[in-house]
Amino acid sequence: MSAILVYALHYEGEFNKNSLGAVSEGGKLAKELGGECAAVVVGEGDDLTDDLCASLGNYGASKVFRAKAPEGLAQPVVDVMAKVIQENDFKYALFGGGLLGFEIGAGLTARLNAGVTMEVTAVKAQDGKLVAERPILQDSAIVDVGYVGEPGIVIGRLNAFDVAEDGDGAAEVIDVDVQLEEHSTKAVMVQRGEQRGADVNIEDAEILVAGGRGLGNAEGFELAEALAEALGGAVAATRAVVDAGWYPYAAQIGQTGKTVAPKLYLAAGISGAIQHKVGMQNSENIVAINKDPNAPIFEFSDLGVVGDLNKILPKLTDAVKAKKG
Amino acid sequence: MKICVLVKEVPDAAVEKRMDPATGRLDRSGEKNLNPFDTHAIEAAMQVREGGAVEVDEIVAVTMGPESAFRALHKAVSLGADRSVHLSDEALAGSDVCATGYALARVLESESPDLVLLGQQSDDGECYTIGAVVADHLKMPSLTQVIKIDVEGGNLRCERQAEYGYDTVEVEMPAVISVGDAINEPRYPSLKAIMGAKKKQLDTKSAGEVGIEPDRVGEEGSRTSVLAVNPPAQKEPGEIIEDEDTNETVEKIVGWLEERKLLA
Repeated sequence: MSAILVYALHYEGEFNKNSLGAVSEGGKLAKELGGECAAVVVGEGDDLTDDLCASLGNYGASKVFRAKAPEGLAQPVVDVMAKVIQENDFKYALFGGGLLGFEIGAGLTARLNAGVTMEVTAVKAQDGKLVAERPILQDSAIVDVGYVGEPGIVIGRLNAFDVAEDGDGAAEVIDVDVQLEEHSTKAVMVQRGEQRGADVNIEDAEILVAGGRGLGNAEGFELAEALAEALGGAVAATRAVVDAGWYPYAAQIGQTGKTVAPKLYLAAGISGAIQHKVGMQNSENIVAINKDPNAPIFEFSDLGVVGDLNKILPKLTDAVKAKKG
Repeated sequence: MKICVLVKEVPDAAVEKRMDPATGRLDRSGEKNLNPFDTHAIEAAMQVREGGAVEVDEIVAVTMGPESAFRALHKAVSLGADRSVHLSDEALAGSDVCATGYALARVLESESPDLVLLGQQSDDGECYTIGAVVADHLKMPSLTQVIKIDVEGGNLRCERQAEYGYDTVEVEMPAVISVGDAINEPRYPSLKAIMGAKKKQLDTKSAGEVGIEPDRVGEEGSRTSVLAVNPPAQKEPGEIIEDEDTNETVEKIVGWLEERKLLA
C-alpha cells in the first residue's frame, strides 16, 4: 500500500535536514500504517543523481519519485506531487518545517480538496489513520486533528521530526514526467540563496547572545557584541532585525534561519515568537532580558530579567569581565 | 489595475484567546481587531498605488467572517482601501483551511483582481497557508512571506527569505502574494479616514451569491476535524528578576551563571 509521500528539498547536492527528518518520520509512520513511504524530489540541475536520490532509502523511503521542474518554487512541486499522489493512491503527504513545505502543502490542499494541518509537532497512527498534534494560540493549547477523507496533508514545524537512519538501504528511483500547469510557470526564480551581510558562524558557539528588536537599532548590537565577547561567545539575531538590516543573515535564528542548542542562550530584547523559539528551544540554559513582562520568551526561559537593556547589558558585561579576570 | 486585499478579524492581542471545549473551535467572542499582519498587506497595496509604476484603479478589502467582521473592513478602508466586500453566511461557520481557501477564492473570482495581497499569517490561527490555497483555486502564481515588491514592466519582482538565503522571484500578474511584516511600517489612519470609513461602499455577499457549493464549506465541508484539545506539557516556570537596582540585578545574573559553570 502506498501510505505516505514525503517532499525532500535539496540544495546544491544535499538534502535539507528537515526533509530528512520528515522522510524518517514518514518511514516510521508508514510501517505503523502497514504501508510504504516514498519521497519526491524535484529539480532541474544535474545534482539529483541516482545515488543521491537512492540515499533517501537510508532514512525510510522505499521509492523516490524524481521529476525535472524548477527548483525553489512551490507550484511546480504541487503539480508533481498531485500527479504522484493520484496515480499511486498515497493516503498522506508529509512535509518537514520550512517555507516551501507550507506553500506546497497548501497548494495540494486546494488541488486535491484535502485536509491540512500545519505547525505540527507530532504525528501518531491511530486505528490505521494519522492524527496530527498541533500547538495553537502561541503554544497555549495542543489540538489533536484527524483527517476526513484522503489524502491528508501534514506540514511539520521546524525541527519537529528527528533524522533517523533506520531505513532498509537504497531506495528505488523512478523518473516521472509531469506537464506543469500554466500558472506554475508564471513565477520565475531570478536569484536563489543570496547571502546578505557578513558570514558568521553561530552554530558551533557554546554561548550565544541573541539580539532582537528590543535593542532599538543596529548600533544597539554593540551592547550584545560586547557582552558576547566578555562571555567568550558569539552574537545571533532574530529575523525581524536581519530583515531590517541591523545584523547579517548568517546570524539568524529560527524559521528560515539557523537552529542552535548552545550551553547558554542569552536573549536580549527578543519577544520570543514561535518562529524564533523553534530555532533555540533546545538550548541548555536560556536567559531572557526584556522590558515587557508579558513577553512570551519568559514562558520558556530559565532566568528572566524584566528591565532596560541599555542599563543592564553594559553593567553585566563589566561584571562578567571582572569575574573572568 | 485592481488590487484585492484579504483581511481578517481576529481576537485582540490583549484579550486572552481560548478554545471552546464544547466545539473544538476557537472562541472568537470578546474584543476583535483587524489582524495586525493584514495591515502590512494594505500598506503594500498603497505603496504599489503610490509608487506610480502601474495605475491602480481600485483597492478592495475582502473578508470572510461573521457579521461583526465589518469592523475589520472599516479599519482596512481607513488604512486606504476604496471599498470592501464581506462574505458572510451561516453556512461558512466552522470552515477549516481547505474550505476557507475555497470560499475566499470564489468571492475573489467575482472581483477579478489583478493582484491579491494578504498578510503572511493571522494572529489567531497562525496559518501561513491561505494565500497558496487561494492561488491554486484561482490558477494564479503565488509567493508567500514576501518582504519587497517592485512593479517592473507589468510583472512583480519579489524578494523573500527562504531556506537558503534571500530569493528574488519574478511573478506575472494576476498573482497572489502574501507579505511578511518586514515589508513595511503601516501608516496610522487619519481621524478623517476613520470617520469616513463607514461611508465607503461595503457589499455583503452570501455563499450562494458567489457560487460557493454548500457541501464544500462549513463544518460539513471541512477535511479536518479537531479530535481533542489538550493543555501543553507544563515546563517548570523559570526564575524572574524585576530590575529595580541594576547593580543588584547584575549580581544575581552573574551568580546564576556561575552556579551553572557558564563563566568558566
